[in-house]
Amino acid sequence: MNSSAMGASLRPAAPGPVLPARAVPAHTGAAQAAPSPVGPARGRFSRFVRRKHEQGRLVVQPRMGFADTRTMRQGLEAVRAVRGASVGTVTVDSYTRVNDHDSARRALERGDDLNGYPVVAHGEEETRRLLRGVAGDDFPVQFRHGSALPGELFAALARTGADATEGGPVSYCLPYSRVPLPRATAAWAECCRILADQPRTVHLESFGGCMLGQLCPPSLLIALSILEGMFFREHGVRSISVSYAQQTSPEQDLEALAALRRLAAQWLGDVDWHVVVYTYMGVFPRTSVGAFRMLEDSVRLAVRSGTERLIVKTAVEAHRIPTIEENVDALEFAVAVEADERLHGPTGETIRQTGIHDEALQLVKATLEFGDDVGSALVNAFAHGLLDVPYCLHQDNANRSRAAIDPAGILRWSDPGAMPVAASGAHGRGPVTARSLIDMLGYNERRFDREELVGAAARGML
Amino acid sequence: MDDISLAPERRFVVTSVSSDAHMWNLVFLQLLLEERGGHVVNLGACVPDEVILAECRRHRPDALVVSTVNGHGHLDGLRLIEKLRADPVLAGMRVVIGGKLGIRGSGNARFGAELVAAGFDAAFESEAGLAEFDAFLGGLETMSTRELALVGEGV
Repeated sequence: MNSSAMGASLRPAAPGPVLPARAVPAHTGAAQAAPSPVGPARGRFSRFVRRKHEQGRLVVQPRMGFADTRTMRQGLEAVRAVRGASVGTVTVDSYTRVNDHDSARRALERGDDLNGYPVVAHGEEETRRLLRGVAGDDFPVQFRHGSALPGELFAALARTGADATEGGPVSYCLPYSRVPLPRATAAWAECCRILADQPRTVHLESFGGCMLGQLCPPSLLIALSILEGMFFREHGVRSISVSYAQQTSPEQDLEALAALRRLAAQWLGDVDWHVVVYTYMGVFPRTSVGAFRMLEDSVRLAVRSGTERLIVKTAVEAHRIPTIEENVDALEFAVAVEADERLHGPTGETIRQTGIHDEALQLVKATLEFGDDVGSALVNAFAHGLLDVPYCLHQDNANRSRAAIDPAGILRWSDPGAMPVAASGAHGRGPVTARSLIDMLGYNERRFDREELVGAAARGML
Repeated sequence: MDDISLAPERRFVVTSVSSDAHMWNLVFLQLLLEERGGHVVNLGACVPDEVILAECRRHRPDALVVSTVNGHGHLDGLRLIEKLRADPVLAGMRVVIGGKLGIRGSGNARFGAELVAAGFDAAFESEAGLAEFDAFLGGLETMSTRELALVGEGV
């Protein structure tokens, strides 16, 4: 890539009117009212999502992975049959994630339990067989993996006809590996090229909106998702989604999603993009009712924010990997809540403006100052602590920043480290202890389980 | 869990297993052990066996604490403990493992016994909560390896 191409990628993608923050009235109304410049939908995955969005439908998706092809196939067929707009997921197992394909093969031979579908160990023909006749224009399938170095996996996926995959140089390196960030970034650049060189479009989703699942304030989630989207675009990918995981406050999340859409339109506007929301990725409610209520909140959030796609969690999230039926239940519940929200949800809702957009924009801009291309900017920004994921133990993360949940449930920076954002008030400035960490990690678990744990159930716990 | 403190200078290596990417369990354990006066070297997520062995040889901890929640713990843990117990330097080191040891929820219980039989000093399945790990920490001063194994059998 020549230097002028690199330079070009560091400017906003949509050169049209980039509005200063003040130009958007505080009472924008529902986020979906704001038009989002976006390129034509490309490829099977994105065309399906776009079509459903234009029909006013939220696309729902499970996380689902089984070791053997027969069970995995049954899972895909069951998700396809869901009454609603669903896309399929094949979650890859943890051995494949770390390129330990021998261990995956051994486990397959012995019939040991694996926590996902080992694409490379199964081989391309077997994976093609898995998809044949179930994946299609009306049921695209995404492969989810969590690998910092997914070269082998991406090469296999490109040859087997996968419609989409996900991750990112930061989001699958810092939380999930010991791989040095520069190495992961170089690997992901090649991986993007593998996808970009395919004759058919393979969609790529940034996992940047989910860092560590919880306790990462929205501005950093948004900035990382946008920056990874820019990185994908810089390396030739033209169909991209940016992500955001439900946190601890519906109002804060709604503001965050409006900011994410605005920034995506600004920085990714010349490619095909959409937004995916994740049902809470942290410590989950343990009761079935609590878990469904958590899921319900995320569906309402997705609808209100104009989000195109939602990745759900199930009632057994706190306990184990869900069965196919439990996944189908979660998807159909989400579809039912979606219908209710579209019928009865608030209209003309005011989105609170607390500065998430400006903070995220500041992080994006400050990061891009650190390199001639997005990859080196990301690497250098982390090396200087300008990007700093709170609590993340990876050796290339400064781990100086700290976040805390305030009494109103708002996720705030208690200490931003060296990041160009402001700490928010006195709350949570004391040192984090094992006890306070557990309390914060369990915030949503308590919030959604509380009403369930009354009477006999609560007495049983005391 | 606030009233147990360790003798000063207890050194721990905290780690996940090779295929496990979860991190909050490791962040929590570090804080817990530090609050009890322990010194912690935290190896983080997805640590290959060879790195765990090398770091333990370097730091010679009072205990290696393995935490894993991705459901592969019973597989990765068995492989790891075989290597540790075969290592002339580390064969006698205290090693415990805890978390979600399989993908079967309450059906994971049997894995704890298997792991202790294979050489872990104790195994703590998450369904049992923290109390047993606390008991282990409290007993580090006085208990024999055999007693530690009995603590772990409460899985």
